[in-house]
This record gives sequence, C-alpha cells and structure tokens, in this order.
Amino acid sequence: MRYAFWPGCVSRGGTPELYPAVTAVAAKVGMELVELDQANCTGAGVLGERNDELVDTLNARNFAIAEQQGLDTLLTICSTCQGVMSSVNYKLRERPEYLAKINENLRAEGLEYKGTVRVTHMMWAIVEEMGLDELKTMVVNPLHGIKVAPFYGCYVLRPRYVLGFDEHPDRGQYLEKIVETLGAEPIDYEGKWRCCGFPIMTINESNGLRMVANHTQAAKDKGAHIMVTPCPLCHISLDEFQPKASNAAGRPINMPVLHLPQMIGSALGFNVKEMGLKRHIISTEPFIQMSGVSRG
Amino acid sequence: MSTKLDVYRFDPETDQDPSRKQYEVDLPEYGTVLEGLLEVRDAQDGTLSMRCSCRSAICGSCSMKINGQSRLACKTLISQIEHEGETITVDPMGNMPVIKDLVVDMDSFWDKMKTVGPYLKPEGPEPERENLVSNDSMMRLAVAMNCIMCGACVSDCTVLEVDKSFLGPAALAKAFRFAADPRDGHTEERLKSYVEPSGIWDCTRCNMCVQACPKDVEPMERIMDMRVMAIESGLTDSRGARHVEGFSNSVKHSGLLDEFALARKTFGFPKWGFELAPFGIRRLLRRRLPPIIHKGISTAKRVTRIFERLGV
Ligand code: FES
Repeated sequence: MRYAFWPGCVSRGGTPELYPAVTAVAAKVGMELVELDQANCTGAGVLGERNDELVDTLNARNFAIAEQQGLDTLLTICSTCQGVMSSVNYKLRERPEYLAKINENLRAEGLEYKGTVRVTHMMWAIVEEMGLDELKTMVVNPLHGIKVAPFYGCYVLRPRYVLGFDEHPDRGQYLEKIVETLGAEPIDYEGKWRCCGFPIMTINESNGLRMVANHTQAAKDKGAHIMVTPCPLCHISLDEFQPKASNAAGRPINMPVLHLPQMIGSALGFNVKEMGLKRHIISTEPFIQMSGVSRG
Repeated sequence: MSTKLDVYRFDPETDQDPSRKQYEVDLPEYGTVLEGLLEVRDAQDGTLSMRCSCRSAICGSCSMKINGQSRLACKTLISQIEHEGETITVDPMGNMPVIKDLVVDMDSFWDKMKTVGPYLKPEGPEPERENLVSNDSMMRLAVAMNCIMCGACVSDCTVLEVDKSFLGPAALAKAFRFAADPRDGHTEERLKSYVEPSGIWDCTRCNMCVQACPKDVEPMERIMDMRVMAIESGLTDSRGARHVEGFSNSVKHSGLLDEFALARKTFGFPKWGFELAPFGIRRLLRRRLPPIIHKGISTAKRVTRIFERLGV
C-alpha cells in the first residue's frame, strides 16, 4: 500500500536510529512511503499551548499537501504527531464551517484541504492493513524466549474518540499482538498505558524521572527483558533519561528499550547495524544476544 | 444476564491487607455496574461499602475504577464494557487513600479545589442589574461548568501518581472556569498563582483525565487553555512558557523543530550547557547526535506567513 509519510522531527533528530529502521522495515514489508518533504511540524501538542487555530492550519497544510499528491492515508511513526494530526483531522472533518475558516488561512499558499485524508500510525497500519498473518510469514528470526513489556505512549491511546477506537476497539492491544507474531512473549505490567514523562522533562524533571523509573522498574519486576514502544518521544524518556531516573530512584534498572520497527526488523532478518541497535543509551546487548540478530 | 464482578475489599478495622472478592449477579441487559454492586450489597454481602446517590450520573458520588479505568459506576453499562473481558474488576479511585472498600478519602480533592478560589470575585461597584455576558464566552465556560466533582480525573492523573502536590485536573479545570469568566475581576492574579510550581505547567498532557471525565470537561484541555491565557497575559518567565516560545520560533522560521535551539531557549543561558552536557557526551559515544546545523523545509517562508497571519 502507498502512504503519504510524515517521519516527524524526532526520528531524524533525537532518535536518529529510528528513521533508517523504519524505511528498511517498510520496504521489506511492502509499504510504499512517499515522504512529504514540504510538510511542517505538527506542533507536537506544544504549539497548541500558544494558539489552536495555528495548529489546525499547520496540520491542514500537511493534509492538503498529501491530497495534492493524490495520497489519502497519512502515515506517521511518531505517536505524538499522530495524536495531534488525528485530533485536528477529527475537528476539521466534523465541523465543515471551521474547515472553511482554516482553508481561508491556507488560501494565500494556494492550498485547500478537502477533508479526505485518513491518519494512521505505522503500528496500526501493520495490524489493520497488512495483517499479522502476512507479517508472520516474513519472520525469519523468531524472537523466542524474549519477554517484552509493551509501552504504548499516551497519544495512540487517548482520547479514544478522536483515535478511531470505535472502529478498532482493540488498538490498545496491538503491541502485544505484534510481539506474539514475532515469536516473543508480551508481559503485562502496571504502566504500559501510562505517560512516559517526556512532556514535563524540561519543566519538572523530577516528576518525569519518577515516571521513567516507575515504568522501567515495573517492567523489570515482571521479568521483561526489553520494553518496546511505537513512540520516539517515549523512547527518549525511557532510554535516554533512564540513567538519571535510575540514579534519582537509587537503584540500577538497565532496561533496554526498543523502537517498534527495530523489534520487527530484528525478527525480519535485519542486522544490528541496520536497526541501529547499538545507538541506544541503555545497551541492547541482552536483546542482541537472546534474539541472535546478526551483528552484520 | 449473569455478570461476574471482582471487587477490591478492605476494612481497616479488621483487615491487615486489602483482598479481592468475586461475586456473580444477574442483571437485566441494560444493567449498570452500580446496579451490580448494589445487588451484591443487598443480597449477598451487606458489608460492601461504596458511595452512590442519584444513580443518574448527576451527583458524582459513584466514581471508581472499573476494569482499571475511573468511571461512574451508574453510567457504565455492563453491555458497554463486555468486550473488555469476562470478569469486571472494580477498585476504589486512585491517588486518594482508601477509607473502606470502594470509599476513598477525598479531602485532598476538596482542599485543592478550595485553593483555586472556586467562586466569582468581581471587581468594582456592584452592578445595578444582572451582568450581560456574551454567548461565546459562556459557551467557553459551559464545558468546565459541567464538572460534577466526581474525582475520576484526579483518580487517573499520572502526575499525581508521582507528585501529590500537583493541583490536579479537577481543581485546574475549576480554576479555568473562573479565570476565563468575563465577570471575574481577578483573572491576572489567578493566572499568576496558577503558573507557580504544582500548577498548569506541571501537567504532562497524558489525556488520562480527558478519557476519564464522564462529563466531557476535558480538564487537560482547560489546563492548555490557561497556558494560552498565561502566555497571552505576559506570564512568560517559566520553563514551560519559554519552551512554548522556543518551539514556536523554531517552527515559524524553518517549518520544523530545532531541538538544540529549543533546549537553549528552555533552560536559558548558561544553564543549558550544564543540563545537557551529560546527555551530549553519552550521545556522542553512541554516534547519536542530532544534526547540529538545523535544516528546515524549503518552503519555510510559507509557514512563516501562516504564523504571521495568525499573529503568532
Ligand atoms: S450515583 Fe450519582 S453520579 Fe453515580
């Protein structure tokens, strides 16, 4: 399937290992990603603290660019971008008079959003459009024996009414399903649906760090070997801030955190280098050893 | 329809630790979780304690965790949550101490509500007749006025789980209700107190309260409304506000986020160097530095024009 692709800033900036992992996995599973190179930042929830109409206009601009290229599904790999895009899209499609007002803001740019775009996250597209049966046939390196703690991130879960949960009520179980499909074992723990603390990390670091310590520790207590997340911001929080969180909590945690595409790619036969597994702050060595993923 | 309930039980007078008890009740197709619990109490176990009154989602007494999420028991139909699993788990609200079974101590909830001054404070001489207020401004407040103080949002708040001092979604939504009221004369003073630590900038935007609220108050959105109000009224000397400003500038001029510039702006000079050095070193070792030269999109000027058109 063909998608308009918005990688978000973080997959190329804060977590630069993510972008190459995504493009490699997408090509392998037959997702054609048409990158929107003129799309702008979605605002990541932050610009909404300044001006809602601005956020709606900026996102409508991206949707209009996708429409111009004849693409009806906009796929992202960042939960936060997905959350903002889905809620703006919901608002614009529900309220035609408001959409008209936003289009006024775009007119000078020669753009108009007609309201035809559907927003999805790579995790959703894999389950809903490609299908887990199909994914299973591609697994060449099943991740047997690895216990995985899924960490969703807020914006693929809430608020449900803008995220298509009416149509797909089990979107809160997709990580577990993917983990099982790849041959690994999902574990349940307190925290999988909670906040990673990223949005307050620069504002109230101690609270953010407590969240990181709680979730990584809870996953560890339940026997997880790794955590996996579909959100690069959650990844920064859980991986990069983990040493500091662990210090603040006064106990070693050392929980490797994988991006979802890295875990999928590892099962599909990509090597350590292609998946950027050596570029994390918390070493993924235990995973590399257990999964037998090729060192390349 | 036969329904299985798995209920949290704790009586501080007789129990060392909390336990769980399982019950089975027969309910009509349109039965609610509250009806199930009342059936348990009436016919099977008279010691089960819970709060309820109106049974119509009005009084706000019956908030509890149902299948792990805070909801009103009287508004939650069994049929509505059937797909979540065969047995329904029922627990007391979170972030508040348990008094007995499903009854929690809401003192902290009410205390925080009081600290935001939950009443109109008009300025100037008393008006001779009723205040005329525009429809739009009342519509804006109406969302927040729907609050029935059930506590569901506070129960699920992820910040309160790590920091009891946070004012929390219910009190802050109430704060908005008065700060945004055109009849109130103390908006600035109110906003000044809400930008203090434990106030509006401590929300982590997790949407838990938006999901939990049975009355669509969307407390988090009201907190975001106050962030906008605070910045607009010049209260920009906080990390939160600087973060928004830095973010906004970066997108305005390049179309994309410049993570380095944002960190410099948020932490201020020269603190950002100290704050970020350990992260920078670790990243360097992993060949993981984000691009130092920020590259925007080639049509960035168009994005700038959108910002300018909207006065940002
Ligand atoms: S009993 Fe009044 S709100 Fe449920």
